Amino acid sequence: MLEIKNLHAEVADRKILQGLDLKVKAGEVHAIMGPNGSGKSTLSYVLAGKDGYTVTEGSVQYQGEDLLALQPEERAAKGVFLAFQYPIEIPGVTTMTFLRTAVNSVRKQRGEAELSTPDFLRFVREKAKDLNIDQEMLKRAVNVGFSGGEKKRNEILQMALLEPKLCVLDETDSGLDIDALKVVADGVNALRSPQRSMIVITHYQRLLDYIVPDVVHIMAKGRIVRTGGPDLAKELEERGYAGIETEIA
Amino acid sequence: MPAVQETVERVRSIDVDQYKYGFETNIESVKAPKGLDESTVRFISAKKNEPSWLLEWRLEAFKRWKTMTEPDWARVHYPKIDYQDLYYYSAPKNTPGPSSLDEVDPELLKTYEKLGIPLREQEILAGVRGSSRVAVDAVFDSVSVVTTFKDELKKAGVIFGSISEAVREHPELVRKYLGTVVPSSDNFFATLNSAVFSDGSFVYIPKGVRCPMELSTYFRINERNTGQFERTLIIAEEGAYVSYLEGCTAPQRDENQLHAAVVELVALDNAEIKYSTVQNWYPGDKQGKGGVYNFVTKRGDCRGRGSKISWTQVETGSAITWKYPSCILRGDNSQGEFYSIAISNGYQQVDSGTKMIHLGKNTTSRIVSKGIAAGHSNNTYRGLVSAHRKATGARNFTNCDSLLVGDKCGAHTTPYIEAKNSKSVFEHEATTSKISEDMLFYCRQRGLTQEEAVALVVNGFVKDVLQHLPMEFAVEAQKLIAISLEGSVG
Repeated sequence: MLEIKNLHAEVADRKILQGLDLKVKAGEVHAIMGPNGSGKSTLSYVLAGKDGYTVTEGSVQYQGEDLLALQPEERAAKGVFLAFQYPIEIPGVTTMTFLRTAVNSVRKQRGEAELSTPDFLRFVREKAKDLNIDQEMLKRAVNVGFSGGEKKRNEILQMALLEPKLCVLDETDSGLDIDALKVVADGVNALRSPQRSMIVITHYQRLLDYIVPDVVHIMAKGRIVRTGGPDLAKELEERGYAGIETEIA
Repeated sequence: MPAVQETVERVRSIDVDQYKYGFETNIESVKAPKGLDESTVRFISAKKNEPSWLLEWRLEAFKRWKTMTEPDWARVHYPKIDYQDLYYYSAPKNTPGPSSLDEVDPELLKTYEKLGIPLREQEILAGVRGSSRVAVDAVFDSVSVVTTFKDELKKAGVIFGSISEAVREHPELVRKYLGTVVPSSDNFFATLNSAVFSDGSFVYIPKGVRCPMELSTYFRINERNTGQFERTLIIAEEGAYVSYLEGCTAPQRDENQLHAAVVELVALDNAEIKYSTVQNWYPGDKQGKGGVYNFVTKRGDCRGRGSKISWTQVETGSAITWKYPSCILRGDNSQGEFYSIAISNGYQQVDSGTKMIHLGKNTTSRIVSKGIAAGHSNNTYRGLVSAHRKATGARNFTNCDSLLVGDKCGAHTTPYIEAKNSKSVFEHEATTSKISEDMLFYCRQRGLTQEEAVALVVNGFVKDVLQHLPMEFAVEAQKLIAISLEGSVG
């Protein structure tokens, strides 16, 4: 699904990623943990193709294709989805309009017919219900005045609608209380499938109690420094990042 | 940030070069000799077989105009206009007056067809274009070439047609109202218009009548070096209602074309006039060469008690826009509204806004202005809200928002507020924001192209205003906004 080799990237001339390697197979869920500033969010933006994030060395193969050569919207159409840590507000555009535009743009690029209004509404209502999302929320402007929990559920709703193959969840747990966290985690778990891979980026082990990963990586200074099973996250929780960092230093 | 740069480049490279109405119609025309003096005024009046009172009115305006100077207070810059280097009258040959579509030059019909304006009633009736029923008056350079649905409107007692025709057929109405809202001495451009106006639309809705369909006028400047000076007069008698829309386009030309129109609206007791504009004159090329100079005076007089006038405008064209559709709230409890979307790109300069003059008691007004500046353009909102000593209980709410696309454009807000009594309440809100790269990236991550993302964000920004356009035109306006910001045609 995804193979990252020796990835180096910088933002505004600051070197952030420094030789990152990562291989994710179809159907696997990988957690990436690491202290602030280790480059976790940068990795997610590089994968999604955000402007200003310059790759200076290395390669990213996605389904056998050079991911870095694609525009952000092409990556989206080919199934790369990023759940934002801080979802963006778009005043005046209803969530429903936004979802419909997104779904149809992606369908168009995938060579599929656009969904008719009734078909789309049915599709959205069904997915929204699974995520405990109120119809009222879909009538409000995208993320404007949304609570932290609503914003994150909106991200997961978009993920469900766009049917991606590779999901990158950037600190989806940040700003959520335990109830909201459960709803979001349930939504994510419902989307797990043998064809879909996920990279769950998180600072805390807590999220991984609900979304149980197949592989856990620890990231520091722009590289993966340790890889293990779910137990690694628990070890980290006990020893803290400081302990891990002294160990690798 | 490089991404901002990319957006700027994209916006800069578009629109202006892809003006889809930029074609020219090859048609023979009859023109007045170049230049402007008393004989030009007499020529125009004679061409139209006007009564002597109208000629006198024109000549007086011309005399006054010669003593006036061009206003220079707006935030627009342009080379001096040589008023002697223009043609003041141009009419397609063999068009004495529109009597039926069969008499209209097929070239002209083709032009309007290219513009997507349905003139053929039978087609509309047969639903060929899937268009809703809208009566259209088409003005080509200086004359009205055709008006549709006339008979059906006549049955309702509605008069809709060219103003030249109204001067011939309803002189008493024209004489009673012409120049009573915008006096011939009003300002440099209005006075010039009073002297040389060629054609325009005339609408009269009798007492208690709700106009059975949308009325619409399409203005087209075709001739080179020709000024277009149309004059529109709309009268709604007691309890009447009308919704009127004007659309404007011009061919792509290197030189600048002058457009100085006057629109007068009169609403009597409890009457309502809704006036919408989709203005898409040629804005000039990407270096700022060519384009229409649009100096327009539009004013509505809420003359009767409880009357209402509402202006909605979508301005995307013209090299220079100088335009302040206003309401005089004379009748007690009358209401004025102004909803505006002004988009500037390339080197366009927009100075637009409104005046709400509260004279009557308990009058209310509402202003919602959305300015979008891209490229190297400058976009200014200029507005006046005033309350007369006697206008107790006057209320105004103003909301002016500006959106910047890129970092080489400017947005300016210049509100004037004058309250001459202590029982008026005026509120003013203003914001300026920029389309952020984060917003665009968020949309693109969800599969939208850069262009779709910009259009989505801008449409969200202007939504409050778009919903005030008649349904039939809201979609058209939305498309126009997308085109003028992105160049993705259709």
